[in-house]
Amino acid sequence: MTANGAGAYVVVVCAALLAAGCRREARPFEQLAVAARASEGANQSDLAAGAGPAPAAATANPLQDNAWAQSEGKRLFSAFNCTGCHANGGGAIGPALIDDDWIYGFAPDAIYTSIVQGRPNGMPAFRQRLADFQAWQLVSYVQSMSGQTPIDGSPGRSDHMQARPPEIVQPYQGRRRTGHR
Amino acid sequence: MPGSGSVLAPAGPQAADIAAVTWVFFAVCGAVYVLVLGAVAVALARRRSGHDETPAAEARLTRVVTGASVVTAVVLAVLTWVSFRGERRVQALPQDDALEVTVLGRQWWWEFQYPGSRPTDFVSSPNELHIPVGRKVLLTTISRDVIHSFWVPSLHGKRDLVPGMPSKTWFQADHAGVYRGLCAEFCGHQHAHMAFAVVAEPPAQFEAWLRGQRQPAAAPSDADASRGHDVFMRGTCVMCHAVRGTDAGSRIGPDLTHVASRRTLASGTLPTTREQLTRWIADPQAIKPGVRMPPQPLGDADLAAVVAYLESLR
Repeated sequence: MTANGAGAYVVVVCAALLAAGCRREARPFEQLAVAARASEGANQSDLAAGAGPAPAAATANPLQDNAWAQSEGKRLFSAFNCTGCHANGGGAIGPALIDDDWIYGFAPDAIYTSIVQGRPNGMPAFRQRLADFQAWQLVSYVQSMSGQTPIDGSPGRSDHMQARPPEIVQPYQGRRRTGHR
Repeated sequence: MPGSGSVLAPAGPQAADIAAVTWVFFAVCGAVYVLVLGAVAVALARRRSGHDETPAAEARLTRVVTGASVVTAVVLAVLTWVSFRGERRVQALPQDDALEVTVLGRQWWWEFQYPGSRPTDFVSSPNELHIPVGRKVLLTTISRDVIHSFWVPSLHGKRDLVPGMPSKTWFQADHAGVYRGLCAEFCGHQHAHMAFAVVAEPPAQFEAWLRGQRQPAAAPSDADASRGHDVFMRGTCVMCHAVRGTDAGSRIGPDLTHVASRRTLASGTLPTTREQLTRWIADPQAIKPGVRMPPQPLGDADLAAVVAYLESLR
């Protein structure tokens, strides 16, 4: 490989790394109008009343691993008083969110459903009260609380207890799988 | 952007002090600049002749240099004194009866809270600071997120709002008028759209304004506004906005109890008109990208109803 070739290679690799960073930090403000339709529940069943196929339910978090979404979720988590019941993830009236004990599952769509449709025994339904992308931002943050998202997307620092060491102290050890109960 | 303002057109005692210091520095530094350039020109014109290196000429030069050094030291000392004196006058907090207002900086708007003697007297006025003319206003500045800087060029210098570090400052308007205020510390995407208006009014007019602001929101009077009220209370609006006198009590976004009485929307970005209000509610991200308010995908009828309701909040 010539010196020029090596240089070009380095440039391409750096550009790819930079582009990856951009996606992690992407703030799609101009798309929010589309993403803002009032949140609707994911379907609990594949069966739908009437003719025709059931409408597709959103099951993947469109804001997965996005640093901006996670920090917005963190802001909304206290702004919308999630902390009132879940404390800062440690749990109080509501269950803890920083552990690996999930009553309704740890997958993004399960968390989305919990937020939007509510759950028995106290979790209020936020259907129609949140823009859809806000619900997904909250999902991103809730997932990050129990270490399910890559550490490089996590909110920069936390003043509260969390499931893993402070972000700066320990490098990411790979995606952690949390279990069902 | 509402109001006007310039540091060179002071409208209060502190801005006057700051302007005076500015002019003294400008005059002295300007004179020094002219003198130095003059000396350089003279030195260039009088080329070294080789004949003036006598002991007498040396002694004369020493006197000139010593004199210039002494004058420089005196000028610097005077400027230091002028600056120190101005700073003292500007920073001293008022001990007498001042109007107390709490200033909260947020991404990207300002909240001005007027505490009352009773909890029901609480007033929150987003992006519009009303003050009585000729009375000192004691401001407690607090940041709710990042570092902002509170600046009304016509009335006072800048005051940084550092998170976790409330501080106090004051100003006073000597003449009635609307003065422009802005954030003077880069604080994110919409730092440039973080303006506010300082409305200085005669004391009687100010008291009348404050009494009006202390009233809870008017109940919707017509069918349109009533429908808008219902959409507001059942939708996403109620998650962030407060309308005193209703169930909406969140203090994340601006208080909308008297939204239609204010000059601008979105922190000095838009005038408060029906068209702009409609545009803003439908898609604030198109007007102020990054703003914390989500777009509202309401139908045309619901959107018009919400606008009618907000317009009834005078």
